[in-house]
Amino acid sequence: MASLISDTEPPTTSTTTDLVRRKKKRSSVSSAASSRTSAASVSCESHTRWRSEKQQRIYSAKLIQALQQVRLNNSSAEATSSPTAQKRGRAVREAADRALAVSARGRTLWSRAILANRIKLKFRKQKRPRATTAIPVTTTVVSSSNRSRKRRVSVLRLNKKSIPSVNRKVRVLGRLVPGCGKQSVPVILEEATDYIQALEMQVRAMNSLAQLLSSYGSAPPPI
Amino acid sequence: MSSRKSRSRQTGTPMISEEQINDLVLQLHRLLPELGNNRRSGKVSASRVLQETCSYIRNLSKEVDDLSERLSQLLESTDSDQAALIRSLLMQ
Repeated sequence: MASLISDTEPPTTSTTTDLVRRKKKRSSVSSAASSRTSAASVSCESHTRWRSEKQQRIYSAKLIQALQQVRLNNSSAEATSSPTAQKRGRAVREAADRALAVSARGRTLWSRAILANRIKLKFRKQKRPRATTAIPVTTTVVSSSNRSRKRRVSVLRLNKKSIPSVNRKVRVLGRLVPGCGKQSVPVILEEATDYIQALEMQVRAMNSLAQLLSSYGSAPPPI
Repeated sequence: MSSRKSRSRQTGTPMISEEQINDLVLQLHRLLPELGNNRRSGKVSASRVLQETCSYIRNLSKEVDDLSERLSQLLESTDSDQAALIRSLLMQ
């Protein structure tokens, strides 16, 4: 239902709302959550933003909806191809990242980059395998950092900013954070602080969700 | 890191002082898990902070990958999935 999104987040870009509306098929689940999370006001301070209980609740609701969507896609696609465990895991990871990026409300570079990547992939009809263009994976970072060491020397002479090793590490960090490959140093540092906190919240939410699901699978949950 | 101000202007990009970068790096350092940094909290080398930040982000990313694999397995196995999710949502 669109009411959940309109309450908690003004449509910053049309693409964001389009993506979110596509996820909103179960209105019953979202309406139960919207009454509680609609009153949530996300604080502007980046330090408290990702650590508040309200933000975690918002993210958990979005995550659950995204996961239901993934499950729908999996059940419908099983007739055509057998999804491997790795593909399923990756689909879950991408859904979780998308939910995380939406929770960021378009204020950070990495969230916009994550959402933009999804749209580009959908339009490109997946000519390239997803691993190289989606979320930066550690293997790509290792392979490209060797290449970049030769390129970055010229950038250093122009900037005259700081010690080359520090600058090099900032570049490596910039490639780890989605969307910050070619940004300036302070932008990368700022995005990294926000990204780390968002990732921590994502880990906490997915952990608790996994615990709930596994406990439900074994025994009825205590009330 | 020495606190020297950048003397030359860059074409097209705004001048960013070294102190600002230092502050950002310190802010980043505060987020990191304090495993070995407690001893020299007075002076932290930016290079080390950045290195630990990179490895921390990689660790978190890997943790998310593992969790998403686990979640995908759990989602496959539970049949009454919708009831479980609704219940888990309401319990939060």
